[in-house]
Order: sequence, then C-alpha cells, then structure tokens
Amino acid sequence: MRSSSVGWLFLAPTLLILFVFGVLPFLYVLVIGFTQWNSFAADPEMRFTGADNFRRLVFDDQFLYSLWLTLKFAFFAVVSEIVLGYFLAQAFMRDFPGKGFFRTIHTLPLVIAPIAVGATWRLLTVPGLGPLPYYLNRWFGYEFNISRYIDQAFFTTVVMDVWHWTPLVTLTLLAALSSLPKEPFEQAQIDGANRFQIFWHITLPLLKPAILATVFIRMMDALRTVDEVWMLTGGGPGAATRYIGLHIWRVVFPKTDYGYGSAMSLITLYLTIVLCWMLYAGLVARRDLKRAD
Amino acid sequence: MRHLRNKASASLGAILFWLISSIVTLLPIYWMFVVSARSRVQLFGSPSFLITSFFTENYTSTVSDPAFQRYMVNSIVIATANAVLVTTLALFATYALSRYKLPGKENLFFWTITNRMAPPAVFLLPLFLLYTQVFVVADVRLFDTKIGLILLYCVFNLPFAIWTLRGMIDAIPKELDEAAFVDGANTWQVLTKVILPLAKPGLAVTGILTWVFAWNEYLFAATLTSVHARTITTGLAEFVTVTGTNWGRMAATAMLTLVPALLVLGLAQRHIVAGLTFGAVKE
Repeated sequence: MRSSSVGWLFLAPTLLILFVFGVLPFLYVLVIGFTQWNSFAADPEMRFTGADNFRRLVFDDQFLYSLWLTLKFAFFAVVSEIVLGYFLAQAFMRDFPGKGFFRTIHTLPLVIAPIAVGATWRLLTVPGLGPLPYYLNRWFGYEFNISRYIDQAFFTTVVMDVWHWTPLVTLTLLAALSSLPKEPFEQAQIDGANRFQIFWHITLPLLKPAILATVFIRMMDALRTVDEVWMLTGGGPGAATRYIGLHIWRVVFPKTDYGYGSAMSLITLYLTIVLCWMLYAGLVARRDLKRAD
Repeated sequence: MRHLRNKASASLGAILFWLISSIVTLLPIYWMFVVSARSRVQLFGSPSFLITSFFTENYTSTVSDPAFQRYMVNSIVIATANAVLVTTLALFATYALSRYKLPGKENLFFWTITNRMAPPAVFLLPLFLLYTQVFVVADVRLFDTKIGLILLYCVFNLPFAIWTLRGMIDAIPKELDEAAFVDGANTWQVLTKVILPLAKPGLAVTGILTWVFAWNEYLFAATLTSVHARTITTGLAEFVTVTGTNWGRMAATAMLTLVPALLVLGLAQRHIVAGLTFGAVKE
C-alpha cells in the first residue's frame, strides 16, 4: 500500500498556502481585535485592552446600521433572485426556437467582473448622462437621482445585484428542475391536480434542497458585496448603501483604527458563520428527512 | 386548426418574452458600449441608444496609455500564474485526498471551503499589515508585488478548484492506478501518465474559471498594491475617483475588461454553473 507520507507531501503546498494566507491573517486579526491600535492616534502603539472594542461595537450606531442595511440588502436581493430565477428556469424548461442563444445571453452577467458591473450601472444611472433618470423624468415625471435619494440608491443596488446574479439562480434551478423525476407529475395530472396544487405539493418539496442550496450560496455572496456598490454609489448618499464590507474598509483605511476595525471584522465573520450555519443546518436537516422517508 | 393557432401564438408569446428578457439583460452592457463609442460632446443632451458614429479615441487613448498597458499586463500575468498554480496544486491535493488513507482528510476537505466563505473585507486589514510590516525580508515586502496577489488568490481559488476536481478524480477508476503500479510505474508517473490525461477536461474548466475569478478580483488588488502590481479592475475604479467624469474612456476601459470574460463564456458556458456553485447542483 502507498504510504500516507507521500499523500501528505502532495497536500503540503496547498495546506501551506492556505495556512499562511488564510489562517495566519485570521489569527492576526484575532489578536489585534483585543487591542487599541491606531497609527494616527495620539498614542499610536498597540495596547492590549481586553474586550473594550467589542463593548464599543455593541453601542456603535454606525456599525449596527451598516449590519442592518447589509441584511436588508441581502434579503431583498436574494428573495427577488429566487422568485425571478424560478420563473425563468420554468420558462427554460419548455422547448422554443433559439433556446441555446437565449441561455447564453442570460448567462452573460455572471462572468462580468463585479467592478465592471458597478461601472455599467453607474453609466446607466448617472444624472445628466444615464438614460434611466432621463426617461423616468420625461415619461413619468419621476425624479430619479441615486446620489440624492437614499431609497432610490438602496433599491438601485438591489436591482443591480438582481441583474448580476439572477442568471446563477436560473441556471442552478434549471439544472435541478431537469433532474426531477417525471412520475409524480404524471400521476398528479391523472389525479386531476391543478397547476397550483402541482407546484405547491410536488415541485416545491422536490425542489427544496436545490432552492436552499442556492439561497445558501447567494446569501454568502450578498453579505460580502463590496465592489459593485463601491463603484455605483461609493456607499452613499450619506451612509445609505454603506454595507458592512464598505464600512469595515472605511474604519480600517481612512481612519486607520486597526484595533476597532479588527474587532468589527471578527464580529462580522462570526455573524456570517452563524447565519450560514443556520442555513446549512436547514439544508442538511431536509436531506436527512428525505433519506429517512 | 384552433389547436395549431394556439400553438403558434404560444410560441410567439414565448419568443416575445425571451426578447424582452434578453433586452433587459443586455441593455446595461449595450449602453456602456454606446457611451464608449461617443465623444464628450455627444454625451450631452438626450441619451440616444442609436450608434450613428464611432468615436475611436476612447479606445485608442486607453490602449496607448502606459498605465493601462501595465495594468493589463499585470492582470494577465497574475491571472495566468494563479490559474496554473491553483490547477497544479489542486490536482496534487485532490489526488492525495482521493487515493491515500489520510486521517481526518474529510474534515480537511471541508475546512478548505471555509477559506472561501469568509467575507474578504474581514481579511483586508490583517493582510495589509502582514504584507506591509510582517512578511518583510530585508527590504523586500509582499506589498505591491504580483507574487503577493498570486499567492493570495490561491486562498479562495484553491478550495474552489479542489471541490470541483474532487468528483472528477474520484470518478477515475482506482484499478487504472493499480494496473500502472503493477507495471512498475511510480507515483509521479501514475499521476502524470494516468490521472492527468483523464482529468484534462476538468482541469481545463477549473483553470479557466480560476483565471476569470483572479481577473475579476478587485478588493484585495486595490488594497494590497499601490503602483507596480495594480490590475485592470483597480484601473477601472481609478477612473471614477481620479479622472472623475471622463465617461467615454471609463466605458471603453470597462469594455476591454469584459473581453476575456466574454471569450470564456463562449468556451465554457455549460461548465460555468457547476463551477460557480461548487458543483452543489449537478447538471
């Protein structure tokens, strides 16, 4: 039998890189989180302050607001993507001329760099240049200016995310739909079930694992959105679209508040893990139930 | 007869639906192309979607800009080196995970993916400090170097590559390895002569997607470089903050940033889904 030391040798470079550039930064941020360290402060030295940063975070309105915004953004974006993606996937289940062509078009936004997605939407929405504010005003008399109105800015980032990521949901749900067994549907039709009953009692339960997996993946990504929003609104107007990634960046770089920024990073990481774990637990529980049947 | 007419109107409705949906999908990109084809003067007034003339200067001045050229070369070097490194290391790692009895290997396999789940903003600060102050040998720092970004991108690309390759390596029958060992081949020969040729399609797709991920990355490239190792995505962001309102050139730069992604879409369309979802949903 081959010796396991050769196996470890094959794994070694991967583990080394993941340790140095993945684990080490985490350990480092874990240490800094418990210190007071701001290179622009009167006392620029790193000083151990225990849980002070975390105590401050609990009452930090800006941080809590940013967290709330991020959750709101992720919720609106992911729910719209799942609903829209499901309908598009169902539409793709039928045969029609030019299906492959339309599928390629609907895959396009996925491969675009997030920063370029932000640039695209900025060009669409910039007042005085973009067609969106111009035609909304001309046809409906609606004043659209995302650098002025907070709700408009927020929902524009949501729409941008939906535009960027609905294709992913469509394609994953399409794959799941086409792998569903045919018999339950045929049987239901024989039994005279209507379309809604078929959807509610057969399609949805069968599709649940795939939907949850997609929600899991999309949620993880939506929570850490930075590039697109940075390019589109820069976090503004005010702090209206300053999602958690942008907020951490602001605390860490322009303000150089290293200790506090590290504590913030740790809490964000913790909350992300808890949220993802809850989703994942839901996912696994479903699968176990299915196996038990 | 009525049945036929219904069918015809249904497919007409379907085509109409797909046309509208496609227009919504393509419109933002098309508008960017329109802007990239116009001079500053043409951009004033009512926004028209028709392209009547092509203002090539947006493209020529971008391509002849030494900064843009450097960013482009950096991006190509970083993405290519990262794709090659990641694919090679992931092949080694998945071979080990698939063929050797290693204690705790399934935990290790799951642990790799957690590296990809973490929000990148969390690691901005520690990496910035490590790159500028800790990983320093004499005068050499990792900050603002291509190698720094190449190694860092492994943290999120390696787990992806390992998760997509695992299934493919597992699917290669172990009997093939055994037969080669009986014939007197060593481990290296088995890996390169038996596994590699059979895993080639999977390796190609993994490599291509890794390349796109590295090409598209912005946040770390923006914070861990300053002059020498800046990439095309950071260049695009600079257009907003530095030159402000030169929309035509910004659009042209963004269009040029898209080109590789569009090529990849043509090459690996079917595999993109599996790739982006870590193969969680099988097609």
